[in-house]
Amino acid sequence: MTLLSWTRRGLLAAAGAVFVAGGLTAPATAQAPPGVLIVGQIAEPKSLDPAAVTAVNDFRILVNVYEGLTRYKSGTLEVEPALATSWNISEDGTEYTFTLRDGVTFHDGTPFNAEAVKFNFDRMLDENHPFHDTGPFPLSFFFGAVEETEVVDDMTVKFTLNAPYAPFLSNLAYPTGLIVSPAAVTADGKDFGRNPVGTGPFEFAEWRSNEAVVVERNDAYWGEKAGTEAVVFRPITDANTRVAEMLAGGIDLMVEVPPTSLGQFSGDGFSVAEQAGPHVWFLILNAKEGPFADKRVRQAANYAINKEAIVNDVLEGTATVAAGPTPPAFAWAYNEALDPYPYDPEKAKALLAEAGAEGAELTFFVTEGGSGMLDPIPMGTAIQADLQAVGLDVTIETYEWNTFLGEVNPGLEGKADMAEMAWMTNDPDTLPYLALRSEAWPDNGGFNSGYYANPKVDELLEAARTATDQDERARLYREMQTIVQEDAPWVFVANWKQNAVTSDRVENFGLEPSFLLHLKDVVKN
Amino acid sequence: MGGYILKRLASAIPVLIGITIIVFLIMSLIPGDPATAILGSYATPENVEKLNRDLGLDKPMVQRYIIWLGNMLTGDFGRSFSLNRPVLDEILERFNATLILTGTSFVLCSVLGILAGVVSAARQYGFADKAITFVVLIGISVPSFFLGMMMILLFAVNLRWLPVSGMYAIYGGGDLPDLIRHLIMPALALAAVATGVIARLSRSAMLEVLRQDYIRTARAKGVPERRVIMGHALRVAMVSIIPVLGIQAGFVLSGAVYIEIVFQWPGVGRMLVDAILKRDLLLVQGGVVFVAACYVMFNIAVDVAQSLLDPRIKT
Repeated sequence: MTLLSWTRRGLLAAAGAVFVAGGLTAPATAQAPPGVLIVGQIAEPKSLDPAAVTAVNDFRILVNVYEGLTRYKSGTLEVEPALATSWNISEDGTEYTFTLRDGVTFHDGTPFNAEAVKFNFDRMLDENHPFHDTGPFPLSFFFGAVEETEVVDDMTVKFTLNAPYAPFLSNLAYPTGLIVSPAAVTADGKDFGRNPVGTGPFEFAEWRSNEAVVVERNDAYWGEKAGTEAVVFRPITDANTRVAEMLAGGIDLMVEVPPTSLGQFSGDGFSVAEQAGPHVWFLILNAKEGPFADKRVRQAANYAINKEAIVNDVLEGTATVAAGPTPPAFAWAYNEALDPYPYDPEKAKALLAEAGAEGAELTFFVTEGGSGMLDPIPMGTAIQADLQAVGLDVTIETYEWNTFLGEVNPGLEGKADMAEMAWMTNDPDTLPYLALRSEAWPDNGGFNSGYYANPKVDELLEAARTATDQDERARLYREMQTIVQEDAPWVFVANWKQNAVTSDRVENFGLEPSFLLHLKDVVKN
Repeated sequence: MGGYILKRLASAIPVLIGITIIVFLIMSLIPGDPATAILGSYATPENVEKLNRDLGLDKPMVQRYIIWLGNMLTGDFGRSFSLNRPVLDEILERFNATLILTGTSFVLCSVLGILAGVVSAARQYGFADKAITFVVLIGISVPSFFLGMMMILLFAVNLRWLPVSGMYAIYGGGDLPDLIRHLIMPALALAAVATGVIARLSRSAMLEVLRQDYIRTARAKGVPERRVIMGHALRVAMVSIIPVLGIQAGFVLSGAVYIEIVFQWPGVGRMLVDAILKRDLLLVQGGVVFVAACYVMFNIAVDVAQSLLDPRIKT
């Protein structure tokens, strides 16, 4: 037998193998049955213990399994009752007394009551609590103002704060404030994060590492029951693969669709949801030294950068132009009267000439990616080109995200004139309080990395934080926005619109401004 | 032989210790710490310091290294910050997936590569040789992640023959046919480059051997051509092919990183990339040491196999 005929036989065998493989492939298109919703997530969750996690990706699962004392009213960032049915705030704003919802039980059958609430907050805040070691709890400072949690009676709980702190109610609605089952924490200890027990419309069923987290309908839920039998959260870290899975029908719902892929879902069979959220993308300007110490140069930068082009061309319409430091998603606190700085290179040149800053050399910190940073490198180069056009000589320095934070958070002094940054928050207080007050300079542990200082802004922010009346707070925030826009400590660039794609088998889906993913009412056919 | 193996094993110890030092130093010296990665925008110096203390990262570097090494020798790789579970559990689970993928790829590239090389050499300058050389050139030139994405587009999105990603179907899978369906594309994409390299090398190794006098003798005494090639020539050529297989095994293992990301294969490569981005020190350190140890062992196995084939290489 010659070698040739032998390989011919080999070829035949290979062809046979392919044929068999073809048989194997037949059920590949089989999809999950009706009633089971498959969600494409961007990463494996770290933990399903709400007090221990910080990522939006993890929150998307948590809010379906747990509930907090308060929650955001659908379609807004305003607070409404959830596990608490009502509350009283003392005259001086330091005592919050909550009446809890009757007849709620955790998925493990234990009752939800004032003791359970106290257990939750003590676990997070009291270093001597027997289950404090189930942490660390990185966002516990959201409740840093809580001095004491007291059980008044079985269904009443009282929080005493060390000072008036108006964002407290919306922090309770944030995922860090979701209530876990004390019995389950006691039983599982450090492994609670992999065996979560809450009160929500779905109960945890299974976590297959790196494959899926499965939650099932909670038939004992106190409210309206969930519309699907189960939801499967699949981590698919690569954006292209996530898009391919969506196109191939492997998932029913995907979040954070890359802007350039949105066009692929414009046809029949898919629908795209968009929702503006509490996000702002800006440039921190170094107001302490160099050209940006002059307000006119900071304003010039705001005029010089073509923000319309950035949101429409670089971000493909997945964001809108930001007018000031507060995102419009905080509708109740947003100053509608503010208009974004228009794109006006001539005005920018005039301001630069007036300030004697023509041809100034600037160092610009750019990151490669990171939470909420959208498309930072193309955005950075577009900004560089716009500033170049009005005669500013900008040098970009690019850093990986963690390194970038390590450079920017301690302050820009001596290193850079400007840096990219983005924030997603839950209350209009958070960002300006942490990043615009003179008390929040980096050496005081804040995020005011550009050293902006305006006593009037400090005063307004302090007053807004201690005011318990929401209308009064709103007035103070609006005034703050006007001043900050005029002072231009940042270049206000974009407010991101979160997007999601669903297949035509999914109904009743909507995104929330909080960027959380509530799936209770969703139906999968 | 036993002495040789022992000697090789002993020489692996300083290598492994060196690896622990290097990976520890790299992870300690790169900018950005786990607390910053966990806290993200909320990483105030105060919060970072507190979280680092909670994570036990406030001790001096040397002390941390010694604690880590000591724990590892007792089998305790620590707990991952980003996954909140024991590092060793995660590594073993992930390594299993990687082994399935790289093992399949390695078998594929060895068998296909050697076969292609042998056919090429036996039919030097013939049609088969030219066709194989052309295909091999493409295999070597196309980056594996690109090949992978193109395969997904064609076979999963357009034709819907195969699943896009993952290792098992989320619903109703979990058996062997399900695994094979998920394995076909990543294993082929991962094997492409190595197959090309092995094919080219096998071809030249075979050509070298086929020019030897004893091959002419074998042919002269009427041994069938197939036995001349597969029996006399290939056996000798394997001496120079096997070390290359060892090296290619390393490439397949490192190439698995891209493939695991493209196909979302839950393997150790993808785990390491995620862990590095999240500054999950213990997971990166444990993972690298584990993979390196496997690689060192594999190389020793290759050397031993080679010394079995060629008795001149010994001790």
